[in-house]
Amino acid sequence: MLDIHDLSCHRGDRKLFGQVSVSVPVGRLLSIEGSNGSGKTTLLRAICGLTPPDQGTIRWHGRSITEQRETFTSGLIYIGHRIGLKDDLTPMENIQAAMQMSGHPVTTALARAALEAIGVEPVCYRLPTRVLSEGQQRRVALARLWCSDQPLWVLDEPFTALDARSSQLLRERLQRQVERGGIVVAATHQAIGLDPSTVQQLRLGE
Amino acid sequence: MMQGGLAGAVFGLIQRDLLLTWRRRADIATTLLFFVIVATLFPLGVGPEPAVLRTIAPGVLWIAALLSCFLSLGRLFATDYQDGTLEQMLLTPHPLAALVLGKIAAHWLVSGLPVVVLSPLIGLQFGLSGGAIAILTFSLLLGTPTLSLVGSIGAALTLGIRGGNLLSALLVLPLFIPVLIFGAGAVASSESGMGAEGHLSLLGACVVLAIPFAPWATAAALRIAVE
Amino acid sequence: MKTDRMNWFQWSSPQAFYPLAGKLIPWFACVSMVCLAAGLYMGFLVAPTDFQQGDSYRIIFVHVPAAWMSMFLYVVMAGWAAVGLGLKARPSFMMAQAIAPTGALFTFLALFTGAFWGKPTWGAWWVWDARLTSELILLFQYAGVMLLHASIDDLRRADRASAVLALVGVVNVPIIYFSVRWWNTLHQGASISVTAAPKMAATMLAAMGIMALGFWMYSAAVTLLRVRCIILERERHASWVQIERVS
Repeated sequence: MLDIHDLSCHRGDRKLFGQVSVSVPVGRLLSIEGSNGSGKTTLLRAICGLTPPDQGTIRWHGRSITEQRETFTSGLIYIGHRIGLKDDLTPMENIQAAMQMSGHPVTTALARAALEAIGVEPVCYRLPTRVLSEGQQRRVALARLWCSDQPLWVLDEPFTALDARSSQLLRERLQRQVERGGIVVAATHQAIGLDPSTVQQLRLGE
Repeated sequence: MMQGGLAGAVFGLIQRDLLLTWRRRADIATTLLFFVIVATLFPLGVGPEPAVLRTIAPGVLWIAALLSCFLSLGRLFATDYQDGTLEQMLLTPHPLAALVLGKIAAHWLVSGLPVVVLSPLIGLQFGLSGGAIAILTFSLLLGTPTLSLVGSIGAALTLGIRGGNLLSALLVLPLFIPVLIFGAGAVASSESGMGAEGHLSLLGACVVLAIPFAPWATAAALRIAVE
Repeated sequence: MKTDRMNWFQWSSPQAFYPLAGKLIPWFACVSMVCLAAGLYMGFLVAPTDFQQGDSYRIIFVHVPAAWMSMFLYVVMAGWAAVGLGLKARPSFMMAQAIAPTGALFTFLALFTGAFWGKPTWGAWWVWDARLTSELILLFQYAGVMLLHASIDDLRRADRASAVLALVGVVNVPIIYFSVRWWNTLHQGASISVTAAPKMAATMLAAMGIMALGFWMYSAAVTLLRVRCIILERERHASWVQIERVS
């Protein structure tokens, strides 16, 4: 379970949010909402441990994430605003390189299956990622969610640039992650459309 | 490719960076050509007097190597920072310094090693004797890894800053001085009959010091840059 | 023991440190004035003329203490940087930031006076000798720390990045010093040595000590003055600064 206690973050002089406290039990999706500039991305980065907060603590299964960086990060997938794909690598190479670096190496077959699952057309597999459209690139990045079984997913605007079919595929994947006892934290503009009993909401900037 | 754990991650990262450089081969060519052109400018500027050229050759080659190393250091983390792979690197369960060491190793293989391989040719142009060329090449082989290691600190500190590449040069060039002195000094002291062992072992000491320390400082700088 | 610790940490908040610094500045400034006046008087008028170098040697009374301060202040700056990184304490970064310009000033002063001493003694304004070169590199390092701090807009990142650079520099200073020394040496050895027989008259030694003390006090006063400005600038939105401004 993910415990956020009394979290505050500044950017320069501006206070983004203060005293955010929320506790997410396993099998839930935490949807972070708020207008542009309300600090959604900063909150997500703080949850991952990328941006240390000014105040407050984040606990994963009862222990502060800074005390258990290794355990925490090995169970984490973060897909940020910058999606972490190398322009000059093919989608297959990108997925394999990313998974290898995060300590969960995958076979070519598994990477291919993941790309198929999010609906990346097979013709793209051998092209450098830079020639793909933005929606295709985002799908390649999201394919990591089909590759392994990390319990915590932190996603920044995962539905951006996705067409209706891919959005539906992603929604089903998120639902499955939640059903098998994982936790998803996602920043979104719109409602995600999962089973309402598994969704928790947090509004920033009020 | 399926190796897990730290070794798998580090070698996977080296492999990835080498593959990326291979896809952008022109970048290596630019670095090498820069090295050759800088070295060529000196005889044109100083004059073709063979005795003078022989004296300045070690220093010229070392400075050219140092500058061309800088040219490529700007790319060390910049693309990773822009496309978000750096964030992914920070969120792995592996110690960041180890991954950084992998990236530095890949950088040296594509920018330091080619310079070392090319240097005997430039040495010949400057009229160095066979013995001097051998010592010069060996000093570059021993010294250029330190350049990549220490340079990575500057590259990480100036990540995402406007004009960061130039600033990085200002920050790190002073730190390169010991390597420059020992490297260029090795040839001079062997020519004067004192033997190059002293300088070469000091170069070796620099690398031995830099291998554990520099990636650690670079990792700290990267964490600060990504916050 | 516990109360002692509490008292020390009390000053680590900018709000508490600001008035304390304000009270200390006049004292440091006064002592520095007195020391510098006395030191210069002794150095220029009382100390005997050197039988080899004539009166030109008298620049030593500025040169040597300035060179000491330039190195000492770099270590102090790196020390504050280390404390800042280790304890995540903002005032330590402010101290580091405030020391840098003074350190750079003394480095420049040491180089400048050194050139004036070098011309009559060695016949050249500048020689590529170990001490001069490493002092010049020290100036580059101060410049690097200040430039890096100025180039990063986000203060928190600027503080921490320049702290890392200062620490890397402090490790490198001895390496640079010895490398340059082995490379080429012309500069005379240390002017003052504890083990060797005294080479200088007692008045010279005293004058130099008083000058060094004066520079110390000057550095403390100016650093505290600068840190007060930095505190005000950074905490301008805090309520205590607003109150301070009104009163």
